[in-house]
Amino acid sequence: MGGKLLPAALGAGSPHLSQVATSAAHGEDSPYFAGWKAYDENPYDAVTNPDGVIQMGLAENQVSFELIEGYLREHPEAAGWGGGAGSFRDNALFLDCHGLKSFRKAMASFMEKIRDGKARFDPDRIVLTAGATAANELLTFILANPGDALLIPTPYYPGFDRDLTWRTGVNIVPVHCDSANGFEVTVAALQEAYDEAAAAGMRVCGVLITNPSNPLGTTVKRTVLEDILDFVVCKNIHLISDEIYSGSVFAAPDLVSVAELVESRARHGGDDVANRVHIVYSLSKDLGLPGFRVGLVYSYNDAVVTTARRMSSFTLVSSQTQKTLAAMLSDEAFADAYIRTNREHLRARHDHIVAGLARAGVSCLRGNAGLFVWMDMRRLLGDGDGDATVAGELRLWDKMLHDVKLNISPGSSCHCSEPGWFRVCFANMSSATLDLALARISRFTDGWNCCS
Amino acid sequence: MRRSGAGGSGSGTARRNRKSSSSSGSARDRGARPRADGGMRVVVPLQGVVQGRGGLVIGSLIPCALFYFFQLYIKRNRAPRPLPPPPPAAAASESPPGSASTVVSPIHRSLSRGLLSPRAALPAPSARGAAVRDDDSLYYAGLRRCAEDPYHPASNPAGIIQLGLAENCLSLDLVVRWMEEHAAGAALMAGGEDEEERELSVRGLATYQPYDGILALKMALAGFMRQIMKEVSFDPSQMVITSGATPAMEILSFCLADPGNAFLVPSPYYPGWDRDIKWRTGIELIPVPCRSTDNFNISITALEIAYNQAKKRGIRVRGVLISNPNNPTGRFVPKQTLHDLLEFVTEKNIHLISDEVFAGSTYGSGKFASVAEVVDDLEDFDRGRVHIIYGLSKDLSLAGFRVGVIYSYNESIVTAAAKIARFSSVSTPTQRLLVAMLSDQKFISDYLKINSERLRKMYRLFVDALDQVGIECFKSSGGFYCWADMSKFIGSYSEKGERKLWDRLLEEAKVNVTPGSSCHCIEPGWFRCCFTTLREQDIPILVERLKKVTDSHKLNR
Repeated sequence: MGGKLLPAALGAGSPHLSQVATSAAHGEDSPYFAGWKAYDENPYDAVTNPDGVIQMGLAENQVSFELIEGYLREHPEAAGWGGGAGSFRDNALFLDCHGLKSFRKAMASFMEKIRDGKARFDPDRIVLTAGATAANELLTFILANPGDALLIPTPYYPGFDRDLTWRTGVNIVPVHCDSANGFEVTVAALQEAYDEAAAAGMRVCGVLITNPSNPLGTTVKRTVLEDILDFVVCKNIHLISDEIYSGSVFAAPDLVSVAELVESRARHGGDDVANRVHIVYSLSKDLGLPGFRVGLVYSYNDAVVTTARRMSSFTLVSSQTQKTLAAMLSDEAFADAYIRTNREHLRARHDHIVAGLARAGVSCLRGNAGLFVWMDMRRLLGDGDGDATVAGELRLWDKMLHDVKLNISPGSSCHCSEPGWFRVCFANMSSATLDLALARISRFTDGWNCCS
Repeated sequence: MRRSGAGGSGSGTARRNRKSSSSSGSARDRGARPRADGGMRVVVPLQGVVQGRGGLVIGSLIPCALFYFFQLYIKRNRAPRPLPPPPPAAAASESPPGSASTVVSPIHRSLSRGLLSPRAALPAPSARGAAVRDDDSLYYAGLRRCAEDPYHPASNPAGIIQLGLAENCLSLDLVVRWMEEHAAGAALMAGGEDEEERELSVRGLATYQPYDGILALKMALAGFMRQIMKEVSFDPSQMVITSGATPAMEILSFCLADPGNAFLVPSPYYPGWDRDIKWRTGIELIPVPCRSTDNFNISITALEIAYNQAKKRGIRVRGVLISNPNNPTGRFVPKQTLHDLLEFVTEKNIHLISDEVFAGSTYGSGKFASVAEVVDDLEDFDRGRVHIIYGLSKDLSLAGFRVGVIYSYNESIVTAAAKIARFSSVSTPTQRLLVAMLSDQKFISDYLKINSERLRKMYRLFVDALDQVGIECFKSSGGFYCWADMSKFIGSYSEKGERKLWDRLLEEAKVNVTPGSSCHCIEPGWFRCCFTTLREQDIPILVERLKKVTDSHKLNR
């Protein structure tokens, strides 16, 4: 074998690990993820582990799954590699950053349906990515330099701290919203965040909103969207609208997508808007298919589309997956039925959990979308003894996790400026499990009421 | 946007966009002070000297010129900003969740990318966002031209024959047949013997799975790699699966080096790395030339020289990057060279990255040895320096499926890469399908054997064809490329001459090949030609096309 004995003196030390590799930006030390770990270690199971932790921190949509399952069983050829020899050759060798045209068309049409036809989408402006996580990171790489700032209204999805900043070197500056006005974004708050960024020497590259909002579970009002658009035009910055929950709006008011506003402004002659607007979408939430890893960037800016396409080489969707989903989403009857049924199921679930929580004396922000409710536990934080702090919230969260055995997400991990709010997911479990969770909360609040 | 002290006057060099940490601030100040002083100390006496003749003009020109060159010298030789030692993981997450801004520990980037978009009223995209200057690379230009006018025997016989893209069409029929027979069920099935698993089937497909790949696929891939790399065993827990080898390489790079750091890359090398590795990471690639007189072998001496030169320029080298079988030469890296490389990286305390995507596509007489085979050969060797990139696009003709692998002996790297894989993960149905295919032992053995024979045959035919028109090829043993020496057909023995020939091949012969300069080959006249996209019947057509250029060259001489 010819092994050589190396003198011990040489090669001291271990080789370098980059800052990206060693940084904690992956965020897995935060409570948001600590809860997941606790769940992983002691997961609830109706039969084998009835006292385990119920996972209410994962925004997964399982309520409409039987529809997808049904489709795939009826169309096995769609699930396989999709067709005859010729098409397989295209399928397997297919290495184009453009993505299958048929799939992009199907996605465009699905996005139009979700918005009840109020906006049109051009398939050639769609750039496919392996999930919305990748789409958000891609846009950030393209629109921002390291050290730049992205303004994001709070509370926001905890994953943004990781997805948007980790490899990109970009900073998030929160735009503070509070319950006084239902956590709506105000121009004053935007301006304050903008000024804060400028004071810290950061160039603001854009505003990122999630519409419908995670974790609030609400759609953004038209007037608020208009204000945000005016703001980005005035500051000459970008707007990213993460609309991954757009197919999960189950109650009034209807979704107003930024796409609608772009179109209406273009009609009225304003051409200063489109080039700064970019939309992110995914099938993970609306279709309950996170395992398929399908996301997209939709941009009205040609240069961004071109660059995104090239950059998507780092995050392509497999041709087989594209083919399968193209078939499914192009099936008009299926798509219509799915959207309608999904909304119904979500509404039923939502109403059920809100009612259950109300009976337990816990109120929620009035929501109309998404897979979760924004629960108000402020009165449980302490007896007005100054426990309305993040520390107090985390103590309550800890109790919920270890005593009540529910993993819910504390508002502080969403950067909410008011302690005491929690995001609770309702679509990732069976009805029975949901009822059990509600029972546990009820017992907890009863206990609380007794003692306070 | 904050700029460094003296700005980037006159040069498109690194723009420090990052708000400084204290240490970088002082480094920047250190850089600024000598410039200002130095300038003044030079100007005044000089004006005294030149006042006699040429007067004011020379008196200002010379100091300005000196000032400019001095500035350039300072910039180029500036010591790297002393980065704070990587903080312990806990420290960086100190900021309480509700705090104002989430500032990650300083990541300094040297952005030498081109201009920001000049569009007046629009917010400029980032420097990274400014469309990549692909136009400069003939590699991408050729691919684009070919896509516009692709050869097809029936529908477009006068189109451009694509020899610039490594796709293996030779054994696709085998894969197709397997898919026809097995795929419909495979994708849906959980692939498990377990009753419960099968019941979960579709549900299991759809829900969130580990971002770095399902265990079943890691195990199947470990088995496949073992088969290919001569029974070296691979541990599934050291694997991170990504959506293709391209992101695998980028993610690994992000983990091993910081912006401004560099990898030493023996050249000629795969042109795609210039974009895939450098673009978003800010890492530099330093070509280390290999010579034809040396059979394009990797020279440790050359690596040593390159390492020292980089050091002098203040650039931290973090690793050596090789491909084996080599792209573009098709050569196996000899075991002895692998040993030498292991010693070299140990001595310098750096990493070794081995891109082995063609490991299963060998046909030559030599013996392929993966770095995995030698990693235990040296005593006291820290395996944590070694990382392998693999993927199924080449060996199994499944580029469209997007499956890449980072295989690392370094636990910290595996952990970090597994988390970053969230940005580049493979869809679960695709993973399931592949588990089924890779687990079909008979199919895999047959495929590897037949594919190897076909590669060998086509390689021979191709080499002979080129020989007919007077083009000699380097002796390759693996991969999809011939490394052809066309230097006798270039006018001037220079990069310019090579480019002219490439252009003639593209426009007159309508054949797209990759010029050696795109691969950073320092000897003009070498061209990389992929032989796996052709069918046997296309070869005579290729010969006719090439003759258009080679014959006319003879006439012109």
